[in-house]
Amino acid sequence: MAIKQVERDLTFRERIYILEILKALRLTARHLFRNLFVHIAHRFGLLRRLRGGVTYQYPEERRPFSPRLRTLHRLTRRQDGSPRCVACMMCETVCPAHCIYIVGGEHPDPQIEKYPVRFDIDLGLCVFCGYCVEACPEDAIRMDTGKLEFSSYSREGLIHDLQELLSRSTTPPKR
Amino acid sequence: MEYFIQFSKAFFIFNLVMGFMYILTWLERKQSALMQDRIGANRADILGFRLLGLFHPLADAIKLFTKEDFIPPGGNRLLHTLAPFVAMFFALISFAVIPFGGIYSLGGYSVSLQVLDLNVGLLFVFATMSMGIYGFVLAGWSSNNNYALLGSVRAASQMISYEITMGATIIGVLMIYETLNLQEMVLAQGETLWGWIPKWGIFLQPLGFILFATAAMAETKRVPFDIPEGESEIIGYFVEYSGMKFGMFLATDFIETVLAAALITTLFLGGWQVPFLGSDGFFFSGELWVALSSVTVMFLQVSAFLLKVSVLCVFMMLVRWTLPRFRWDHLMRLGWTIMLPLSILNILITALILLWIR
Repeated sequence: MAIKQVERDLTFRERIYILEILKALRLTARHLFRNLFVHIAHRFGLLRRLRGGVTYQYPEERRPFSPRLRTLHRLTRRQDGSPRCVACMMCETVCPAHCIYIVGGEHPDPQIEKYPVRFDIDLGLCVFCGYCVEACPEDAIRMDTGKLEFSSYSREGLIHDLQELLSRSTTPPKR
Repeated sequence: MEYFIQFSKAFFIFNLVMGFMYILTWLERKQSALMQDRIGANRADILGFRLLGLFHPLADAIKLFTKEDFIPPGGNRLLHTLAPFVAMFFALISFAVIPFGGIYSLGGYSVSLQVLDLNVGLLFVFATMSMGIYGFVLAGWSSNNNYALLGSVRAASQMISYEITMGATIIGVLMIYETLNLQEMVLAQGETLWGWIPKWGIFLQPLGFILFATAAMAETKRVPFDIPEGESEIIGYFVEYSGMKFGMFLATDFIETVLAAALITTLFLGGWQVPFLGSDGFFFSGELWVALSSVTVMFLQVSAFLLKVSVLCVFMMLVRWTLPRFRWDHLMRLGWTIMLPLSILNILITALILLWIR
C-alpha cells in the first residue's frame, strides 16, 4: 500500500508555537473562569438555570431514561394479586443466556392451566436482551422498573426469585 | 534567639511548600474538572462535610500509607528505597535560598525572610535541581525494569537538555542585576525604570522570561514535557514503585511545580516586591505616599510573594491541562535547536544593550 504524504503547510504564525499556545490557553481559561463563576454563583443561590458542568452527579442526580430502556425485570400480577405468569416456558426457551429457571405447578383455576412455583432469574448470566419480554404471551414479564443497580457481594445474591420479581413496581420514565 | 528566628523561618517555608503541595493535588483535580466542564472530586467527606473535595488529598495519603510497599525481587533494595527520598530532598532543599520576604527590623533584630542567605543562591538552586536527577535515575536503575530504566534515561536527558537552556537564560538576568544572591536580586527589582515601570525581570528580559518559564515547566516533568512518564507508553521511572514511595515521586512533581513558580517569581516577577511599596509604606510620586508599619509591610510583601506563586501555579496547571504531550524527538529539537539558540541570542542582545547604555 502506497504511503500518502499529507502536506501540512504551517504558516509562520503557527510555526512559532507561542501564539497558537496562547489561543489554546484562552479557550481553556474561558471554560475555567466561566465554570468557576457559575459555581460561585450557585453557592449564593444565583443563576440556577446555568450548569457549571455537563456531567451528572450520578447517585444523587440521574439521567432521564429512554422509555425503551431495558432495566431490571419484574413479573406483573393479575387483579387478584397472583402472578400473571402461566409457566409456559417461552421466556426460558428463548433466553440466549439461559438465565431463567421456571418450575410450573397446576393452578386450581381450570381456566388457567399452570402457575410458576419457582421463577428464578440469574442476573449474573442475563444479557438484558429483552427477548423474554418479547416472547411472553401473557405480558407477565417486563423490563421497565427503571432500576439498574443490583450489585451483590455473592453470586447467590444475583439470583432473584419469584417473590423478589413480583415485588417490584414500574417506574414511569422521566422525560 | 538567632536560632529561634532561623528555625521559625525554616518551619514556615517547609510547611508552606507542603501546604502548596497539598493544595496543588486538589487544584489538579478541580481545575482540570472545571476546564473540561466537569465537577471534579467531591466525594471524600469527614462527618458529612465535603468542603469542595479538599479532603481527597488526605484520603490519598491514607491510602498510600496503608498500601503494600513492594520492592521488585531483582531490584536493589537500598537504592530503590533511597531514590524517592533523594528526589524529594533535593526538591525541598532548594527552597532554602528562595526569599519569601524582604529584610525587616522586628524587635531589635534585622530579619531577612530567607532561610539561607547564600552568595551563590542561584547556583545553589541549579546545583540541587541537577542533583535531583539522581533520584530519578536511581529509581529507574534500581527497579530492575526496562521501562523504568528507559524512563529514567529520558528524565535525565530531558532535564540536562533543559537545564542548559535555563542556565543560559539566567545569564541575561545575572548581567542586569549583577548578583547571584536571590535576596539582593529581588531588592534590585524594587527599583523603577523611568519612574513608573517596576524593574522586574519580565520587563527587562521578556524573551528570557518565556524561555525560562518553558524550561522550568520542562524541569517539572509535567504534561507538555512528560516524556519521562509517558503514561500511555512506558509509565516512567516509578513504574515499580507503590505505596507512599510512589506518592513521594508524585509529591516531588508538585514540589517542583511550586519551585518553578517560586523561581520564576523571584527572577522575573519581582519576588516579594509590591509595586511602589517601600520599606515604610507606599510611595507613588512626589507628595503622594501612604505610611505603613514594618509589620504591615512584611505582611503585604509575603502575601504578594504567595499570590504570585499561586497565580503561576494555576497558570502551569492551565498549561498542563491544555497542551498535548511532545514527542521525544520534538522535545529534543525544541530544546536544542530552538530554545538554546534563542537563549544565547538573548545573552547577546542583553550584552549589546548594556554596552550601549553604559
